[in-house]
Amino acid sequence: MDNTFARCEDLVFSYDDESRDVLCDVSLSFKRGEFTAVLGHNGCGKSTFAKHLNAILLPCGGSVYVDGIDTKDEERLYDIRQRVGMVFQNPDNQIVATIVEEDVAFALENLGVPPEEIRERVDEALKSVGMYKYRMHSPHQLSGGQKQRVAIAGIIAMRPECIVLDEPTAMLDPIGRREVLKTVKRLNREYGITIILITHYMEEAAMCGRVIVMDKGKVLLDDVPKEVFSKVELLKSVGLDVPQVTELVYELNKYGLGLDQHIITEEECTEALIKLLS
Amino acid sequence: MIKDITIGQYFPGNSIIHRLDPRFKLVIALAYIVMLFAGNVFVSIITGAVFCIVSFALSRIPFKLMAKSLKPILPILLFTSILNLIFIDTGKTVFKLWILKITSGGIETSVMMIIRITLLITGTSLLTYTTSPIALTDAIERLLSPLKKIKVPVHELAMMMTIALRFIPTLIEETDKIISAQKARGADMENGNLVQKAKAMIPILIPLFISAVRRAEELATAMECRCYRGGEGRTRMRQLKASAHDFVAAGVTMIFFAALIAVNIII
Ligand SMILES: Nc1ncnc2c1ncn2[C@@H]1O[C@H](COP(=O)(O)OP(=O)(O)O)[C@@H](O)[C@H]1O
Ligand SMILES: [Mg+2]
Repeated sequence: MDNTFARCEDLVFSYDDESRDVLCDVSLSFKRGEFTAVLGHNGCGKSTFAKHLNAILLPCGGSVYVDGIDTKDEERLYDIRQRVGMVFQNPDNQIVATIVEEDVAFALENLGVPPEEIRERVDEALKSVGMYKYRMHSPHQLSGGQKQRVAIAGIIAMRPECIVLDEPTAMLDPIGRREVLKTVKRLNREYGITIILITHYMEEAAMCGRVIVMDKGKVLLDDVPKEVFSKVELLKSVGLDVPQVTELVYELNKYGLGLDQHIITEEECTEALIKLLS
Repeated sequence: MIKDITIGQYFPGNSIIHRLDPRFKLVIALAYIVMLFAGNVFVSIITGAVFCIVSFALSRIPFKLMAKSLKPILPILLFTSILNLIFIDTGKTVFKLWILKITSGGIETSVMMIIRITLLITGTSLLTYTTSPIALTDAIERLLSPLKKIKVPVHELAMMMTIALRFIPTLIEETDKIISAQKARGADMENGNLVQKAKAMIPILIPLFISAVRRAEELATAMECRCYRGGEGRTRMRQLKASAHDFVAAGVTMIFFAALIAVNIII
């Protein structure tokens, strides 16, 4: 089997026929175990794109393949949704049950997994996001970050190969954000789960292996973070920021300091500045 | 804060009554209601009272809590007993003033009615005090599942109840936030007559409604992402298993019933 997990070819999509295309000719592929960030201004079609990866939306033109399955294949709809899990922005609107462990079991119950196996997989999933001791709590007793981790556990329980997270940290406080990111990184590292993280935080994107920048339904950039963030002017022109350190280097370079524009972490920046000053 | 409202009236605990299988509890509660209203009044009240007091003692629900659940029905009790007193005209006349006539039959009926309603409310409150709403929903779904054969959407109804229970705290919290936001904008909700107060509710209800619709849409997508496709082929993690003490409880209820029937036949 080849190393590509998901692939879309010339994907075109619009919500209703007459209006403009929300996605135009998007061709991308994702490798197994890859950690990708997707950036883009509000309304550029990130969420729309994400929903194509587990057949919530079907392409108007072109095709999407997940693990070799065409998402248009209705017979295998649940095979696709079991392989690609989705986590959304608002944790409150994706938790179905009134008890944490029942919510984590929801997908498995839908898939008709036998009860003993559900029990096992639910416990395992809750442990993998560090929420096992809250299993009997009711969701409204939890913090935002904890709720989001419960939502992730509900996906993990399906044993997916890929998780798409649509701005999972947008509604969280800094502590919740850190919890969620740590969990996602661990799932990628320890279980080899392919991660596609849609985000508004440049610092989150900087830690990924690959960054895709979208603009008006098209893929604008697709590269490693260092290369993407070195194009400061292009990013600003589509309404995006760069990580703070990259911004600093950019501003300093305006005065002809000649620093390397590929700096994206604080350590690299400190090092470069120390070298410059000594 | 309205957030402090408890949903249903579940009082968590670990008594024998709490641990009963919710399906058994539900059926027993129904049997109890039948018991209260079947046959000879005296006999059914005595059996019902014994049954109720014993279960209440076993449940370890604080007496105060139970008294609180009776408070809202006080007006109804008062109203029905007054009606009974005035309009029932059997037995000896105890008291007469102009057209007002109170008879021994009237007194008897109204006392019996008060006891019956009190027992009814206490018994059913005991069910909701000792069973979490979700367990109750579960029990209803499983007890009614034979009705699926005649196309009653049992799973769908249970799912709706679950989601409603899940979103009550969320929506209450949201209402709280909207009220604060509108107050901060100078909305006046305490003063004015009934019409003005009703009008003041509009700026709260509209945002609440819009947000609820948006939530519903997002929840539906999230459920689809987790392979939801209705009740068919669905399994459940939590299996309800009847244990020995469920059957004992059912047995005890049956003995009460048998006694009730026997006494009714004899007298
Ligand atoms: N359900 C929908 N019906 C019609 N248009 C939609 C719908 N959802 C999104 N859109 C439109 O599609 C475009 C892309 O939206 P979206 O994918 O949500 O962007 P992003 O997630 O990048 O902010 C926006 O212009 C939005 O108005
Ligand atoms: Mg979006």
